[in-house]
Amino acid sequence: MSAARTTTLRFDAVSVGDELPSLEVPITATAIVAGALATRDFQDVHHDRDLAIARGSKDIFMNILTTNGYVGRFVSDWAGPDAMLHKIEIRLGAPNYPGDTMRMSGRVVEKRDGRVRVELEGSNSLGNHVVGSVELWLPEGRA
Amino acid sequence: MADDSEAFQARLAELAGKPSGDPERARDPVNPAMIRHWCDAIDDRNPVYTDPEFAAHSVHGGLVAPPAMLQVWTMRGLRPPARPQQRPDVQGQLMRLLDGAGFTSVVATDCQQEYRRYLRPGDDLSVETTIESISPEKRTALGVGHFVTQRMSYRDQRGEEVATMLFRILKFKPGTGRAAAASPEAAVAASPRAVRRPRPAITRDNAFFWEGLAEGKLLIQRCRCGRLRHPPGPACPHCHSLHWDTEVASGRGRVYSWVVAHHPAIPPFEYPNPIALVELEEGTRIVANLVGVAPDAIREGMPVVCEIAEVEPGFHVPRFRPAREQGRP
Repeated sequence: MSAARTTTLRFDAVSVGDELPSLEVPITATAIVAGALATRDFQDVHHDRDLAIARGSKDIFMNILTTNGYVGRFVSDWAGPDAMLHKIEIRLGAPNYPGDTMRMSGRVVEKRDGRVRVELEGSNSLGNHVVGSVELWLPEGRA
Repeated sequence: MADDSEAFQARLAELAGKPSGDPERARDPVNPAMIRHWCDAIDDRNPVYTDPEFAAHSVHGGLVAPPAMLQVWTMRGLRPPARPQQRPDVQGQLMRLLDGAGFTSVVATDCQQEYRRYLRPGDDLSVETTIESISPEKRTALGVGHFVTQRMSYRDQRGEEVATMLFRILKFKPGTGRAAAASPEAAVAASPRAVRRPRPAITRDNAFFWEGLAEGKLLIQRCRCGRLRHPPGPACPHCHSLHWDTEVASGRGRVYSWVVAHHPAIPPFEYPNPIALVELEEGTRIVANLVGVAPDAIREGMPVVCEIAEVEPGFHVPRFRPAREQGRP
């Protein structure tokens, strides 16, 4: 559970090497199905366990649009509501199956001209579910 | 058989670079109900998405949609309405061609979104998709398949581009992977770890270089005439002497040139994969990976510093990172 952040990090307050607060996402069947439907993704492997198994998967698994959502949330939870996301780039790996937990971690790798780049990964018991980077604008000046 | 696969590859190649079909119009404009639904699912509490009062006083001046919802707006949904198509359905042709050749399974591997502006309730999107490339047949941990890379351009009701996306899928033959029993995504994920890096061919001429790395030193071959050379070789290209020893490089240098490899993505390397030709301050040049820098931030002449990485147990390679980061924790 995350509290809504109402203040926003200032560009000057961020340094290359800063770690983002980690985020643990419980991967439940409900989370997977809610994500699939909220992203209008009706591929059966994201909601129908029997069909997912018939297709060679061990269970239903999270769709890429939902993962993209968690990546955006992970960064904006840290940065605050006035941060403007500019790019989200992700690569998928090990699936998020029900019963697992995705642990998201990230760090600032670059800052320039008001823009900050974060590299991140979300790992579960099978390995990295997602690796990626997010670029965002932070307000100038000090809070 | 070779002719067949060449003909097949040629048919695939014909489809690359073409629009996938008609632009896809969003079924609903950007709206608060779908945003709230999405925020519930992701447990995203950012108030600029759902709290009109807060959003009005934010940098946005009103409610906005989460940027990561971009693709949601033009998803076709459970029962897409039939629409007469003006353009050839290239996407359909491509999928039928791949399905017909046995590449029936699909897994999304990459998604890269770039936003020009935040979307607001009322924005009415359409997306135009181009099949950017179709890879030759690749043997992945998941199975034999083709990567299909698509580029999407999202436009609003005024025709202005609001975002772009690169989306890559792998169409593969089920059951042909090393991890066929596991799930598709597990195999993709497992591949970088399961596959070892290619090893150098160690010879009497270059053994010093690799042994030096294992001891934490970047060594340069030095001829008896005093000239340095790299890559290692038996004879001096200037005086032809076979006598040489080595000098320990400072590790400092500058990017002389570079490439960023995207395709083919060969395990266990990570992509995009920036590879630089670094001119060391001693004068020789060396090819190595660049780390700690965004591919689009690499510049000619950028000062870099060598670090020696043990990429696999007992296997050390030099790589370079921007010198300005030296000394950071």
